Amino acid sequence: MATETLTLGKALNIGLRKALENDPKVVIMGEDVGKLGGVFRITDGLQKDFGDQRVIDTPLAESGIIGTAVGLAIRGYRPVCEIQFDGFVYPAYDQIVSQVAKMHYRSRGKLNIPMVIRIPFGGGIGAVEHHSESPEAYFAHTAGLKVVSCASPQDAYVMIQQAIASDDPIVFLEPKRRYWEKGQVDLDAPLSEAYPLHASRVARAGTDATLLAYGPMVRTCLDAATAAAEDGRNLEVIDLRTLSPLDLGVVYESVRRTGRAVVVHEAPSNVGLGAEIAARITEECFYSLESPVLRVAGFDTPYPAARVEEEYLPDLDRVLDAVDRTFGW
Amino acid sequence: MAKGDPGAPARGRRAAPRSRKATTGDPELVQLLTPSGERIESVTGPDGIEYRVDFTDEEYRGLYRDLVLVRKLDAEATALQRQGELGIWASLLGQEAAQVGSGRALRTQDMAFPTYREHGVLYCRGIDPIMPLGLFRGVDQGGWDPNEFKFNMYTIVIGAQTLHATGYAMGVAMDGKTGTDDGEAVIAYFGDGATSQGDVNEAFVWAGVFNSPLVFFCQNNQYAISEPLERQTRIPLYRRAAGFGFPGIRVDGNDVLATYAVTRHALDNARHGQGPSLIEAYTYRMGAHTTSDDPTRYRIASEVEAWQAKDPIARMKAFLEREKIADSGFFTEVDEQARREAVDLRERVLAMPNPEPSTMFDHVYPNGSPLLDEQRAQFSRYFDSFEGSAH
Repeated sequence: MATETLTLGKALNIGLRKALENDPKVVIMGEDVGKLGGVFRITDGLQKDFGDQRVIDTPLAESGIIGTAVGLAIRGYRPVCEIQFDGFVYPAYDQIVSQVAKMHYRSRGKLNIPMVIRIPFGGGIGAVEHHSESPEAYFAHTAGLKVVSCASPQDAYVMIQQAIASDDPIVFLEPKRRYWEKGQVDLDAPLSEAYPLHASRVARAGTDATLLAYGPMVRTCLDAATAAAEDGRNLEVIDLRTLSPLDLGVVYESVRRTGRAVVVHEAPSNVGLGAEIAARITEECFYSLESPVLRVAGFDTPYPAARVEEEYLPDLDRVLDAVDRTFGW
Repeated sequence: MAKGDPGAPARGRRAAPRSRKATTGDPELVQLLTPSGERIESVTGPDGIEYRVDFTDEEYRGLYRDLVLVRKLDAEATALQRQGELGIWASLLGQEAAQVGSGRALRTQDMAFPTYREHGVLYCRGIDPIMPLGLFRGVDQGGWDPNEFKFNMYTIVIGAQTLHATGYAMGVAMDGKTGTDDGEAVIAYFGDGATSQGDVNEAFVWAGVFNSPLVFFCQNNQYAISEPLERQTRIPLYRRAAGFGFPGIRVDGNDVLATYAVTRHALDNARHGQGPSLIEAYTYRMGAHTTSDDPTRYRIASEVEAWQAKDPIARMKAFLEREKIADSGFFTEVDEQARREAVDLRERVLAMPNPEPSTMFDHVYPNGSPLLDEQRAQFSRYFDSFEGSAH
């Protein structure tokens, strides 16, 4: 098995390269994705090797990126669109919600829009406003879209290729503050045998309480579980991976064992993914629960100035504080 | 059916009756058939291009037949809405020439991206006029394959389809399907109101910088629901193109011959790799925006009467009569065909079944979703529990 140690960003880059190699209909489009390789260098070197018709530097207009990608998809292409930052996806929101998500439905299944919309999301990098947001609930709420997020280099490498190969339109959320974190990646394992795209997975087995997270918060929860272990608490961590549709079978199984669940995300708690997950756990695991499902999330403020984002974002201590509260019930 | 290709020789081709240059009184407006039905042989547009058509008598009659049929089917749909058989209808009354002229200019390989009003273009593509009526009756939301008909589904969000057309046209170029006589071209329909949308302006930018094989066809029918053109622009719309770096031209949208000539030229430029252009078809929406609208609240009768005098069908009929291209038997026969097709359309609309409720769960995702499978199962159990009751 040929494994390599790669950053999450490089794993995405190699995954995109494989997708371009495997299917001539795959095109990458976005702002600065060409010579620059994207502001996070995720498309680094791809235009040089595949040409400017496969890796397209677009005009600076997000609705145009998604809207023209719809047309390319109708023509038979498989566009992979990069939105430069989470906070800049909103000009494209109409095209995503009213066109990308609904074309298959409106056509009674006769037309597919096999599009991937890549969005670096979340905070923790000290950025100015509009560069640190977590818009996943907007998309998870929209029928016709699927939404996934990767948390490790291995998943980044596999999931981006699975998303591109899927005929569903997929919003692919990349945890930008984890782009530089390293992990082992198996570059040779066949995609057909990979763990499914729309499936949650236990990231750390445990017995006392269940932490649920995705994207950047998986690392935070793993760190929290390590710290809790020193205090004698054995926490299970589940990487949700797919946000729409949610895959909660593994979650129910876990919560029935532990009796306690804490959902963690950077997005504000009000009407967020955590609310849906908590409601469904309550419906399915009611008699197993030792305490209410708790949420640790961003606050219901606009994303704050960078010098206070550490207090805004869920961290190890806030996660463990919530775990303590589930035990104090 | 008009299959007129101005370049191809054909038997019975008629020289234009009078050799005249443009005398429309508006140098900005390309016109080959005056409101009184006088034929203008050719017009040199402000772009320096000489526009002309060279149809056979049969082709002229075919265009007239298209115009009458499209108007009749539209009137039938309006009547169906008034009788409660359609939820809503967006009438094209007054815009028949803009749609037939541009629709007949399309070649088989060309792709069209309509709004929700392009019933005439759809008809000229050879598509069964029943196809969009499911949308207006409320039994589906389109439901056709754009690639099968080379005609995208109707788009109700104003201007959104212009970006789809642009992306599709980029794909045509990437596929190497431009640069020859058999190249492919794309046409994007939109209205005067849509020119204020960001998507339309982004489409202009994109098509310009990528030199896409695309014709932007704006039917300026003077109103965006209630708002007159002056609320959308302070320059003629066709001049917007210059700022985006491609040609723009205004054509008399009530003149089927001029609309054909201008559109055919623009499409041929596109298919030959000459890039995009904008056509402003200057016309008038004689009826309401949709059947839910009341135009008497925002425009005066004398304005409507003035446009009535520019009617696209009346001028074509006057031309055919004056030049003895068609006789009364022909006109009677066309009216009779239109009546038959309208009756047939009505009968088929009334026969459209309501969809089974559980079909609302179909085709949300190509690969399905366990969440929807669960909801469908729950719904079916609930729905079936009423079996045998008055439900």
